[in-house]
Amino acid sequence: MKVTINKNTFDYDGDPAMPLLWFIRDDLKMTGTKFSCGMALCGACTVHIDGEPTRSCQLPMSAIQGKTVTTIEGLSKDASHPVQEAWREHNVPQCGYCQSGQMMQAAALLSKNANPSDEDIESYMSGNICRCGTYPRIRAAIKTAAGKV
Amino acid sequence: MTETISTSRRAFLKRSATASGFTLGLTLLPASRPSAMFADAPASESLTPSVFIAIHKNGDVDITCHRSEMGQQIRTSIPQVIVEELGADWQHVNVVQATGHPKYGDQNTDGSRSIRRNFDRLREAGATAAYLLRAAAAKGWQVDINDCDVENHHVKHTPSGKRIAFGKLVAVAATLPLPEPDQLTLKAREDWQSIGKPMRSLDIHAMTSGQAVYGQDVILDNMCFAVIQRPPVVFSGVESVNDADIKKMSGVVDVITLPAPEAPAMFKPLGGVAVIANNTWQAWQASRALKIKWSDSPNAGYDSAAYREQLLATATTPGEVVRQQGNFAEAKQQAASLMEAQYYAPHLAQAPMEPPAATAVVTEDKAEIWACTQTPQSARQVVAAALNLDPENVTINVTLLGGGFGRKSKPDFVVEAALLAKAMKRPVKVVWRREDDIQHGYFHTVSAQALTATLNEQNQVTGWLHNSVFPSISSTFNPAANKPSDGELDLGMVDTPFNIENLQLERGEAEAHVRIGWLRSVANVYHAFAIQSFVDEIAQRTGKDQQALLLELIGPDRHIDFSKSNAKYGNYGDPLEDYPVDTARLKNVINTVCEKANWSKRHEQGRFLGLAAHRSFLTYAAVIIEVDVDDRGNWSIPKAYVALDAGTVVNPEHVRAQCEGGLIYGISCAIGQITASNGQINESNFHNYQVARMPQTPVNVEVIIVESSAPPGGVGEPPTPPAAPALANALFAATGQRLRELPLPLTVKKA
Repeated sequence: MKVTINKNTFDYDGDPAMPLLWFIRDDLKMTGTKFSCGMALCGACTVHIDGEPTRSCQLPMSAIQGKTVTTIEGLSKDASHPVQEAWREHNVPQCGYCQSGQMMQAAALLSKNANPSDEDIESYMSGNICRCGTYPRIRAAIKTAAGKV
Repeated sequence: MTETISTSRRAFLKRSATASGFTLGLTLLPASRPSAMFADAPASESLTPSVFIAIHKNGDVDITCHRSEMGQQIRTSIPQVIVEELGADWQHVNVVQATGHPKYGDQNTDGSRSIRRNFDRLREAGATAAYLLRAAAAKGWQVDINDCDVENHHVKHTPSGKRIAFGKLVAVAATLPLPEPDQLTLKAREDWQSIGKPMRSLDIHAMTSGQAVYGQDVILDNMCFAVIQRPPVVFSGVESVNDADIKKMSGVVDVITLPAPEAPAMFKPLGGVAVIANNTWQAWQASRALKIKWSDSPNAGYDSAAYREQLLATATTPGEVVRQQGNFAEAKQQAASLMEAQYYAPHLAQAPMEPPAATAVVTEDKAEIWACTQTPQSARQVVAAALNLDPENVTINVTLLGGGFGRKSKPDFVVEAALLAKAMKRPVKVVWRREDDIQHGYFHTVSAQALTATLNEQNQVTGWLHNSVFPSISSTFNPAANKPSDGELDLGMVDTPFNIENLQLERGEAEAHVRIGWLRSVANVYHAFAIQSFVDEIAQRTGKDQQALLLELIGPDRHIDFSKSNAKYGNYGDPLEDYPVDTARLKNVINTVCEKANWSKRHEQGRFLGLAAHRSFLTYAAVIIEVDVDDRGNWSIPKAYVALDAGTVVNPEHVRAQCEGGLIYGISCAIGQITASNGQINESNFHNYQVARMPQTPVNVEVIIVESSAPPGGVGEPPTPPAAPALANALFAATGQRLRELPLPLTVKKA
């Protein structure tokens, strides 16, 4: 099968049940998409499938045929997406490990809702865990990026 | 005005003699030794006056960060301290991550000590390099070195205005003897341009572009991937396994049984069965098909619910006295009234977002490892021992850590990678799954605290009894350790800062049945929860305001003299003369946070606030959490306030971030729990191990960093301990329900 990730097309003939996460990380050696829970409980592995934020750790390869996959590496050129810029402006990352997933989730939120309320942010982001506790800064950064996406 | 080296030198020598383990000779090398001895590059090519700094002929400055980066931005703050004295231009500064080696001094990145234990020596390292550059310029210009200063990557001759770039001085500077300590001057505080200034993390671009490399991200040529099924009960071993079947599965390269360790657990791998495959998924899939018969273990009877009863029973019987002043028994006899309460806190898992991972290459006589370790030197030691190699032939490369929180202070996972790479004769990456992390960790201990206060007729507290009971971290290293260690009781219990006439602090026995380890702020979590909850209970009972009662209990401004109460107090390994338990600073953070949160107006404003204050890691922290409880009883935190006095701070922006994050980690500590049945951990992933998500955390955290010129205290941990009691006290304010047991429920009922 053909797989399109960050505008590049790849051939895949492995186990169709393998989650996309491992194709991205182990086969393509793109490590920006993180492994943390493996059960779609924490959001660290979030990518966009046709623009929808999706947990790649639970998404089998068979489900992405004909779809467009975007990872953190493909979110923008030079990490210049408004969300990435806002993340730097607010010094959001501490350890940084969950932040690829947080930014992918936030970018999807802003592409649907240009001006999210506190409640919108909370409900859209509650599937993404950050153990360093950067949540207040994530909220602030999303507000800064709002309207620029 | 400049501070002469001798002051800080004396402080440093004193510290060396206590507990830091630094080697003086490596902080400033004796002048007689060629600097090349400690350099990776030849002296003629670069100037390497210490293990922390290399200046190259093209002017590039490499600054070595010897502490692990796990979110505290130490890779930014260490260079900030060195750049201050060196006068370097950030554009020419590279940060190099140190491998594990004793030449750097202590590298165990825990205990909130990266800055407090390195501040002076890093300044000296910067000043030494600056001295050599100044001396080289003075020699070339034939002028007095005292007229030469460093500025913006140049040496400047002040009288003439001549300037020369650092790079051009390297060849000469590398031939000069190192300065004597009395020749070295450090910049005066009022001249600081880098220390104390907010500065963005040097890694932030990598972290926002997906380029940052963590332990899980290491990729080597010809690497295979290992997933390990570890024994469900500690010290159980493999009796039989269907390894022949597993080896036939797609992508599986090998199946290797690892031996079960004998007590003590220390940093030994837990054993089990490793499945090695061509990618992580194949290893994971194949490990699901493992059929393993496990041997019996003495820990198989561990049941955390029954154990809770046992701990609480022990806590309410007289324990061994560890600190005593006055006569509590007498106070009890004479008391007008008594208050008693027991508090319970369960096991927790550190659960860093990045589960442990290590990648190893092992040959006949060498091992090289890449790992997200907080402790590269002990990793090196245990790997060398496991492989029977000289530590000099073991290289531990430290990646970024996707969180640590104490889990990655234990290098068991590094040894696993080393053993498997040796067996496979090719690079192996060991990937811990979340289930492995939650079920096979070194758990934050389970604890019971029993407190009694005696009150006189005026409702003043005349006596205070506190018995702390929990299985000790020492049990991980010594199976005979069956009671809280002095070191753990020093974390927020022995140093109870109250001016109460009759004070009696005790410990009780408790056996460990799982591996017990450090978690962010360690014993301070449950000690602060009990003490600061109990203070609020006394305030409620006596009708006093909690802020006023706290200040009353703490009493007059003073440095607490532990010798008067027959106690030795470890003070986080630092001398009390340098870092006293200063009640004025504790009261100040309480007053500061109360003022910021408008504490005194909370009732008329209809706000539900909870207050807690706690000194830990030589730093004073006070927290107020405000809660809202909706009609269904779900609580949320619209706002939280943290006042922190950490003495001198290097990067206030990162200190602020640690206050926010440390507080939120403390909220996780208040709502999570790890339980065990038949010796096995019941929780396995984030669906049944509750950690704080955005809805349980403050919408906004207001942080007040107290301006201070005191020596640096810890930062990463002190904001955590007050969180649980502040939240419990706030929930009491909102509902009238006193919650003495963790985890706190996410839904509460009004009393």
